[in-house]
Amino acid sequence: MAVEGTWEIITGNHAAAIAAKLARVKVVPAYPITPQTTIVEYIASFIESGHMDAEYIRVESEHSAMAAAIGASAAGVRAFTATASQGLLLMSEVLHWAAGSRLPIGMAVVNRAVGPPWNIHVDHQDTMSQRDTGWLQVYISSNQEVLDTILMMYKVAEHPDVLLPFMVCLDGFVLSHTYMPVNIPRQEEVDEFLPEYSPPHWKLDPENPITFGNLALPDEYQEMRWSMDLSMRRALDLIEDVAEEFFQKFGRYHGGATWKYKVEDADYIIVTAGTMASEAEVAVDELREEGMKVGLLKVRAFRPFPHRDVAEVLQDRKGVVIIDRSIAFSSGGPIGIEVRSSLYNRSGSPPIANYVTGLGGRDITYEDIARMTKDGIGRITSDRLRRPYYWYKLKPEYEKIELSEEVRL
Amino acid sequence: MGLGVPIIIPVSKPSKGAAGKTGLWRVERPVVDEDKCIKCWLCWLYCPEDVITEGPNGFPQIDYTFCKGCGVCADVCPTKAIQMIKEEE
Amino acid sequence: MTLTIHDLRKEPGSYLPGSAACPGCGATLAFRIASRVLGPNTVYVVPASCFSVIQSPFPKSAISAPLYNIAFPAAAATASGVYRAYKMLGRDVNVVVWAGDGGTVDIGIQALSGAAERGEDIIYVCYDNEAYMNTGIQRSGATPLMAWTKTTPTGKREMPKDMPMIVAAHRVPYVATASVGYPFDLANKFEKAKKMKGFRYIHIFSTCPPGWNSPVSKTAEVAKLAVDTYFWPLYEIENGKLRITVKPRKRPLKEFLELQDRFRGLSDEQIEELEKIVMEKWNFLLHLEKSERVF
Repeated sequence: MAVEGTWEIITGNHAAAIAAKLARVKVVPAYPITPQTTIVEYIASFIESGHMDAEYIRVESEHSAMAAAIGASAAGVRAFTATASQGLLLMSEVLHWAAGSRLPIGMAVVNRAVGPPWNIHVDHQDTMSQRDTGWLQVYISSNQEVLDTILMMYKVAEHPDVLLPFMVCLDGFVLSHTYMPVNIPRQEEVDEFLPEYSPPHWKLDPENPITFGNLALPDEYQEMRWSMDLSMRRALDLIEDVAEEFFQKFGRYHGGATWKYKVEDADYIIVTAGTMASEAEVAVDELREEGMKVGLLKVRAFRPFPHRDVAEVLQDRKGVVIIDRSIAFSSGGPIGIEVRSSLYNRSGSPPIANYVTGLGGRDITYEDIARMTKDGIGRITSDRLRRPYYWYKLKPEYEKIELSEEVRL
Repeated sequence: MGLGVPIIIPVSKPSKGAAGKTGLWRVERPVVDEDKCIKCWLCWLYCPEDVITEGPNGFPQIDYTFCKGCGVCADVCPTKAIQMIKEEE
Repeated sequence: MTLTIHDLRKEPGSYLPGSAACPGCGATLAFRIASRVLGPNTVYVVPASCFSVIQSPFPKSAISAPLYNIAFPAAAATASGVYRAYKMLGRDVNVVVWAGDGGTVDIGIQALSGAAERGEDIIYVCYDNEAYMNTGIQRSGATPLMAWTKTTPTGKREMPKDMPMIVAAHRVPYVATASVGYPFDLANKFEKAKKMKGFRYIHIFSTCPPGWNSPVSKTAEVAKLAVDTYFWPLYEIENGKLRITVKPRKRPLKEFLELQDRFRGLSDEQIEELEKIVMEKWNFLLHLEKSERVF
């Protein structure tokens, strides 16, 4: 195992910036957006003070930030950028382009609500709405996990079976601006874990003149998309393998594609992601003290989605309570939708209560999670589970409307 | 190492005739009258398709496999040494 | 030193015959000549444009230099990333954007302006056929006043953006206009740009026979007349100093307009109005040529 690094008390954004430095990224296109901005500020100071050897491109938009990251990665170097909310949405076109070009770009996305109205606080609408761009997505619960996951995900993304970009998604303010103790590994140890990137598939090089991305007719296109899908599925195993390798080297384990807490004997399982999952751990303990056998399945990787893992944990339980911080309008929570897909066509598929809540930074504490869990268990055991999903923590006058018989799905 | 997941990427190799034998598009063919040609190479310079080279006898030679028959060469020739002749059916 | 036809013939260039380009395409003519000057140590970034199609379908390409296709608005930003990566790798490569007018003056103007302002060490080329030709002839911010397109069926009512001057206002080291009707002037501008550092911009008047409804054999002639009628003046702005590089041969504007159906049906008054506009622009350029610095 590695020599222990140094301890610092830092924010999630600071941890992300340090991870980019430790990963020795060579090009960082940067554009500010709350609550991400301090990531690119930290990186600017690392570079200008000579602590980081990288090109910093002060682009004029997030679309250009991603386009510049694409150019850098296509020329054969490791690239990193960071964004949030509207910035991520402006990038959307080139997010697809990065993945389709099979470029393992790394990005920290500080989750923030989408406007209008302007709201700088956390929910997962921004990243979840980009789920089909071909990017790997991991949701994070602590500042240490931010740093460690960025290092791990470069290794996964650059694997010759994967070659897809990744975003590490951390909750706005809850992680981005909150100070926590973080162990910062030594550079030499990181270098051993994550060697320099050398594209195994293609790069822009006058020595090897190829054209990338010209017209592909219907006879050729579909297999390229299949290849991306296959790589995405293959990344599931690699996320586990790399997490294990990271544990062997640095002694820390945050889970692979999922993280399980007290699931072995649980009758009911809570499924959620991000910092709500940390709150959910407390809720599990509280509920167990009240005599309810509850466990937690934290979804870390939303892309690739760990269908098999999820199904194996949830099969034959008495019920599942899924808490989403994003709304797929008229369809429910994105994690709820995925989990149903994991369980369908399997025996022992449990009843599911899906809750949509915490939008635009509405605070969701362990007490809220315990309350939702009890509500879900109540519906499941008394045959009142009528809807694919429920809203939680609406103002009472609107909750009345939401739960009225006239409002149906 | 990888398990051999095929990474299928849209990487294309430089090729002559990338869009096929574009000479088939031609309605008229340029024909060089070597008696009139002064080897100024303006036809070569202006050819949008890059199908004019120097032939073994030192005169412009047109690659009819790819020449699209636009006639720019004939239009720019200062001595009218290139004639556009209708292609036979 | 100015390039001669013999210099140009020595280099193979990066265009291979038999592409999907239309007969008489000005864009391929421009690329043929430019790529000969730029040489093989060059990487191209191409946004959505006719040139995306001209490369021809996967798995073949009519371009023999490394080329990356990118989404419509993003070419200058992508090229910035390529250049910065090579800089980190210690490699000296010409990084060139090859974009159409839509990708330059409309959807790509933001990324272009950003890259120019940052002084990225790239050459940005706009081959300008004065409309969205790849999608079938719709007006762009570069379409001339009174020109017919499918979205200006009675003629465009607005003036085109003066893109070279917009870029020059960023105080970049080199801005030039060029025309496929004056290939030596074009080649020499690429030669000069290639030897300079920083953000360089070349805007090429590029005939489009199907889009302008001009005779395919007249690609060079139309582009030559554009210059000789003052419609498309050829100049360069080197470190702020403007110089007119080709003296027009004082042809009446009508000769240029008559070769293209996109200007068909203009009244004498309209032609007079256009003449007035191009001469005002020309006189303004003469005035700028006398200034120490344009910007």
